[in-house]
Amino acid sequence: MPVTTSPGFALEESGEFVTLRLTGDWTVMTIHLLDHDLNGLKPDHPLLIDVSGLHRIDTAGAFLIDRTLRAAPEGSELAGTHDVARNLIQQVHAVSEPVPPRPAPDHGFLALLERTGRGFMGVMSEIFATLAFLGETLVTTLRLLLSPWKLRWTSIVSVMEEAGLDAMPIIAFLSFFVGMVVAYIGATTLRDFDLEIYTVELIGYSMLREFGVVLTGIVLAGRTNSSFTAQIGTMKMRQEIDAMQTLGLKPMDVLVAPRIIALLLMTPALTFVATMAGIAGGVVVGWSSLDINPGVFLDRLRNAVPLEHFWVGMSKAPVFGFVVTLIACRQGLNVGGSVQSLGHSTTTSVVQGLFAVIVLDAIFAILYMELGI
Amino acid sequence: MTDDIIIRIRDLKTAYGTHVVHEHLDLDIRRGEIIGIIGPSGCGKSVLLRAITGLKEFTEGSIEVFGQRLETLDEAERAEVEERWGVMFQDGALFSNLTVRENVEVPMKEHTQIGPELRHELADMKIRMAGLSAEAGPKYPSDLSGGMRKRAALARALALDPELLFLDEPTAGLDPITAEGFDSLIRNLQQALGLTVFLVTHDVDTLHATCDRIAVLGDKHVLAVGTIDELRAFDHPWVQEYFCGPRGRAATGH
Repeated sequence: MPVTTSPGFALEESGEFVTLRLTGDWTVMTIHLLDHDLNGLKPDHPLLIDVSGLHRIDTAGAFLIDRTLRAAPEGSELAGTHDVARNLIQQVHAVSEPVPPRPAPDHGFLALLERTGRGFMGVMSEIFATLAFLGETLVTTLRLLLSPWKLRWTSIVSVMEEAGLDAMPIIAFLSFFVGMVVAYIGATTLRDFDLEIYTVELIGYSMLREFGVVLTGIVLAGRTNSSFTAQIGTMKMRQEIDAMQTLGLKPMDVLVAPRIIALLLMTPALTFVATMAGIAGGVVVGWSSLDINPGVFLDRLRNAVPLEHFWVGMSKAPVFGFVVTLIACRQGLNVGGSVQSLGHSTTTSVVQGLFAVIVLDAIFAILYMELGI
Repeated sequence: MTDDIIIRIRDLKTAYGTHVVHEHLDLDIRRGEIIGIIGPSGCGKSVLLRAITGLKEFTEGSIEVFGQRLETLDEAERAEVEERWGVMFQDGALFSNLTVRENVEVPMKEHTQIGPELRHELADMKIRMAGLSAEAGPKYPSDLSGGMRKRAALARALALDPELLFLDEPTAGLDPITAEGFDSLIRNLQQALGLTVFLVTHDVDTLHATCDRIAVLGDKHVLAVGTIDELRAFDHPWVQEYFCGPRGRAATGH
């Protein structure tokens, strides 16, 4: 790197002109040293800017000189010779124009009202768009299911593996540990009443009805949902979706329907695995710290917990899978042109997915209670 | 004079896995010239640019930029070299979460100590210098057309007044009039700022309007280097096809 000399200037008053002699390097690396002093310069006479003493100069330095020249009284001009300075200053002068003042941001009461209104309308249109997307998805999926030869089986199977089979270990693992925790907590409380054996019922009811399916839903919302949104969003960003449409492929058919169908099939399977793993967690705790023999545990489970609880849990599974995928695909297709919108959509997708799983579970709980199941 | 060589490439070999892109590639780029890099699609023009700027590791040979070998430099020395070059990527590679003005300010923020006010003004100046109006400053890259994005990318590449400018397909995808404007812009800037320009392009018009010398890549190395007239006389099927085919003839007026 060539050695830089620090920039400077000197003022000389001579009659009707003030001469400004520039010295040193006026480059993008050095001009921060001058900015303040030059701004403070308020000559009462026209300026003569002498560039002959300049060493190196680039557009940043030229800009600063040009700015000083503009601010100076009328009749100011450049003086002295330099290899490039005059040319550069001219170039910069040609593209410099006074910057229009930026409009001041409005923080008044009206602006608050406007923001509130916009926020409310945003929520409304979000709900409307989600419902519209739900309708479109249902129509597409049903249409495709009625003509199964048009389905894209390859992509369905691929999604089933990626979102279903690959998620199985983590779901089983989580559920196993939740089963153990529930068994421990239950046993600690029930021990006070000498009813430790009721741990079996506790595990049975909670795992079959709630935990198996809710844990599956949560893992789907965190794992599958984000990956779907990112996949579809990236395709949207790179205009692949536009390309698809011009080729006569419908994104709903190609991207959304296979994912929906795959998840409709896989979520019950995942829920089943989660439930079994949770019960296994309970069995392990029962055996190791409560002296309940696995045989006794399973026997009691079969006799004391009616089978309908299993079906209650399983019935929620396809709904969770459907809703989580729906949200993921919609957010993916919502992505705009920027990386930021991809990140934003992925976050929204996961948040909405988790929210939907919990709220739907609550609705199911009320529904089944009213139905007396 | 050795001092006049700004980039010196010797016996370069780059490869992706077993696929060799360049082998025994030699190239000298002189200070103050605009050198055009041409060659058939997939011959490794952009890879060469990536190798020079240190984005792609090469397996053999050496590349000296400003007389220094990049891989031997420590972080501070590396940053000094990076202050002296500007790169404009094929599709702009603007940071999409920043406005155009913020994009141009990024290198200034990182490498200089200029205060925010002046940085703003300088960025606006660069944006106009690249042929955009100041209204483009507060916009996001996704709101701009392709041509405007290229100009914004050029403004960012010029932010630090680099001595060496890498341009990857600056006129690809632009209409002929805009492309012509871009050519004269590059030429003007080169003359005003004394830039050395490394120009990867497919556009014969751009080559003709801007380049001092042209290097032809092919068969994994540099086939020929020279002015357009020298290359037209060069006996190689691809080069002949390129300059003496209908488009080449139209551009060069022969």
